[in-house]
Amino acid sequence: MALNQFLILSAFLFCTGVYGVLARRNGVLVLMSVELMLNAVNINLIAFSAFGRDVAGQVFALFIITIAAAEVGVGLAIVLLIYRNLHSPDLDQVEQLKG
Amino acid sequence: MVAQNVAFWIVAVTMGAAAIGVVRTKNVVHAALFLVVVLAGAAAQYILLAAEFVAWVQVLIYIGAVIILFLFGIMLTRAPMQAEGTLDNDQRWPAAIVAAGLLAVLIVLLVDAFGGDEIKLSDDLLEVGRAGTVGNSIFRDFVVPFEVVSMLLLAALIGAVAIARRD
Amino acid sequence: MLRNAWLIPLLPALSFVGILLFGKRLPKKGAELGIAAVGASLVMACIAAWQWIDRVEDALGSGGGEEHARGLAAFGRGLVASGEGEHAAVEPVTRSVTWLQNGGVDIGVGISIDGLAVMMMFVVTVVSFLVHVYSTAYMEGDRRFTHYYAFLSLFTASMLLLVVADNTLQLLVGWELVGLCSFVLIGHWWEEKPNADAAVKAFLTTRVGDVGLMIGIVILFLSAGTFDIQAINTQAVDGEIGHTLLLVASSCLLLGIIGKSGQFPLHTWLPDAMAGPTPVSALIHAATMVVAGVYLGARLFPVFYEGFSIDDGTVNIMALVGGVTIVIGAVLAFVQRDIKKVLAYSTISQLGYMVMGLGVGAWVAAVFHLFTHAFFKALLFLGAGSVSHSGAHHGFDMKSDMGGLRKHMPITFVTFIIGSLALAGIFPLAGFWSKDEILVNAGENGFDFFLIVGLLGAFLTAAYMTRCVYLTFFGEFRGQGQPHESPPTMTVPLIVLAALSVLAGFINATVFGIEKFTEWVEPTVAFPELVHAEFDGGKAVISVTLAMVGIGIAAFLWFRREELGPFRGLTERNAAARAGYRFLENKYYLDALYENVIVGSVKGAIARASYWVNQRVIDGAVNGIGEGATRVGRFAYDVVDQEIVDGAVNGVAVSTGQTGGLLRYVQSGRVQRYALMLFAAVGLLSLALLIFN
Repeated sequence: MALNQFLILSAFLFCTGVYGVLARRNGVLVLMSVELMLNAVNINLIAFSAFGRDVAGQVFALFIITIAAAEVGVGLAIVLLIYRNLHSPDLDQVEQLKG
Repeated sequence: MVAQNVAFWIVAVTMGAAAIGVVRTKNVVHAALFLVVVLAGAAAQYILLAAEFVAWVQVLIYIGAVIILFLFGIMLTRAPMQAEGTLDNDQRWPAAIVAAGLLAVLIVLLVDAFGGDEIKLSDDLLEVGRAGTVGNSIFRDFVVPFEVVSMLLLAALIGAVAIARRD
Repeated sequence: MLRNAWLIPLLPALSFVGILLFGKRLPKKGAELGIAAVGASLVMACIAAWQWIDRVEDALGSGGGEEHARGLAAFGRGLVASGEGEHAAVEPVTRSVTWLQNGGVDIGVGISIDGLAVMMMFVVTVVSFLVHVYSTAYMEGDRRFTHYYAFLSLFTASMLLLVVADNTLQLLVGWELVGLCSFVLIGHWWEEKPNADAAVKAFLTTRVGDVGLMIGIVILFLSAGTFDIQAINTQAVDGEIGHTLLLVASSCLLLGIIGKSGQFPLHTWLPDAMAGPTPVSALIHAATMVVAGVYLGARLFPVFYEGFSIDDGTVNIMALVGGVTIVIGAVLAFVQRDIKKVLAYSTISQLGYMVMGLGVGAWVAAVFHLFTHAFFKALLFLGAGSVSHSGAHHGFDMKSDMGGLRKHMPITFVTFIIGSLALAGIFPLAGFWSKDEILVNAGENGFDFFLIVGLLGAFLTAAYMTRCVYLTFFGEFRGQGQPHESPPTMTVPLIVLAALSVLAGFINATVFGIEKFTEWVEPTVAFPELVHAEFDGGKAVISVTLAMVGIGIAAFLWFRREELGPFRGLTERNAAARAGYRFLENKYYLDALYENVIVGSVKGAIARASYWVNQRVIDGAVNGIGEGATRVGRFAYDVVDQEIVDGAVNGVAVSTGQTGGLLRYVQSGRVQRYALMLFAAVGLLSLALLIFN
């Protein structure tokens, strides 16, 4: 298997995640897109780990999974809070910092 | 070799379609389910790359916990079960352009850099992905990041509670 | 003294300053200072005259090598021995300093003493001295006594400055100064408006003539290249200056003479000038200032001689002007009530004689007449002053204030008679010699017309003086108050002048072969050769006879009024006579012509037109320019400053604001927007990295 397959796959997933982060209105959906991006990175890491026979890649992938979980937890808590205050998960309404 | 390639391609295409589904569907719950497919597909890829432990952890944590979290989150924020209006904000097209641009750049880069590299499938690859090897590496070479990550988890836990509680 | 003759004008000038500064504090209120100064000048003038005569006699060579003793011996010897003596060239004594230099032209101040100058100095100082003495009594108690004496001194100084001048500019300065003094002194009692008006009229009328004088001086300067009188004369005589130039120059100078010496048509100021005090009239308007014009003609005679071609014997403008003046002055003297006005017109007429004399080439005769006329005319004026001074209100109206005064004022009467006879030209008084000489020379030089005019003038002169004498001294006293003889300070000058009127003529009594005046006074350098007519017994007899006839007719008309019969009341009954009388009374309507027509039209139409031009055209132009400048300024402000400059400045600010306003949208407060920009930047940067690496 070519290394590039995995890498291009991960690139594709990453860019899809980028689109989702930028274009989605619902906060939960943004978080999901972030998950996409993280998974893309994971695939990248594992591919390189297999390519270079280095276990460090996998270790990093494990760490990333962990952090992703934590991040989702916190992120959802924030989204909940926004929802509670604005009565809608619509991120477009979060513009208190509007200049 | 051929079997892995075929398997790879099937899973990759599925993942790709599901990913696009995540970012394009008008139903939030469907998005979550598409995400499940992507995550599962990632686990399958890990198996293909002989990283069994990671694959198993992926399934456990991501699909088992994170998705549940997402579903709870969706539920608690009263997101409509059906498609209601559009879930995209007004910068769809710029985002698309940016994403496409990024993709293009990345692909060019990758093709340029790793044009002909191959992942050789051999026995020592299996050695790399063993749980024991991974565990040894964590608790020997990366024990400090390990501890830090556990602190991080604790903080995230407390933080989430602190943020989200009603007072 | 000849070389120091500059002292002669200087002393009266200093006394002018002195009187002004502290005249009021002196016991005699400044009169003593004036008298002393003029007296000193008189003495110096006599000395100068003596020295000049000596000089001339030396040059003529009164018997080779013998000493001449000064005094009467030489005088007597000279009297007899002269006659056909060759006229050796006697240079005038000159002395000058450069006053200023300008563009290669030297303008100097100096003296040029020759016979003419010496004679004039003598005349001016004598008459001025006598007038100074006379005025102590006449002007006693006057409101501006000191001021009067100050200007008498200034006048004397100016006249003396004029006569000693060696260049035309200095002459002009003296000329103008005497004009100024005349103005001041005529208007001495300026509180009464007629006096002020008369002063202004005198000044302005002579001013008209002065224009000609100035132009003439300039023309002479341009053609001769110098202001020096002797140089100009030399060039004129030698023919170095073109005839046309000389003609033009002498015409212009003639205008000055006409103005200053009261010739027709600018004579109108002289009768009005009688508004001044009588001693002033005697000094200025009889003896000295008015003869300044004649002096000018005499001084620059070569210019006139060549310019008007006097040697031709054809009628020239100078003689014509003089001749006309003789007649019109004399005729007008007949219709005056005011004794001073009679004398004024008489002066005009006699000045006409002098100018005519110059015009016919009788230089010596004209100058001699100036000499004698000064004495008897001053005498007549002072006599008139004496008469009026004794009257109740110092009036001069003969018909209403005078009459029969010969009983009350014997000295005045006698001296007045002497003066009148001298004026009429009765042998052997001074006037006879001088007037006769003019007539003879006129005839001799071929100017027969003017000879006749002169004879006519003699007739008229005798007649009007007789009328005047009758009205003043004969008949019954018609005035108020008690007439009395004047004090000695007034009568002594009268006596002195009477003596001079008798004796002065003998200096040139040609019948006896005495031509001293000619010898001493006629210039010998830079002077054309003139013909001196011999004494003509026939013409002398004619002129005296005419004078006598004139006296007789007048005497008949006035002394024997009862027997006039058909003549009495002629002007009341006959319209033609009345019209003629009124014509004379209105002074030939010349005054009306000058004041109403000429001045009036200038005052009215021309002044209004000038005003219009000034207001509309000139002011319009100026205002227009100002307006234009204002508009440009406003345009600059409004458009350039406000819009363009401020626009640029504001534009920068506004554009900054607008850019900020645009950029503001970047900060939308929406995180995803920021994320988009972030990713876009990353993409672009990586693309750049890709391309350039």
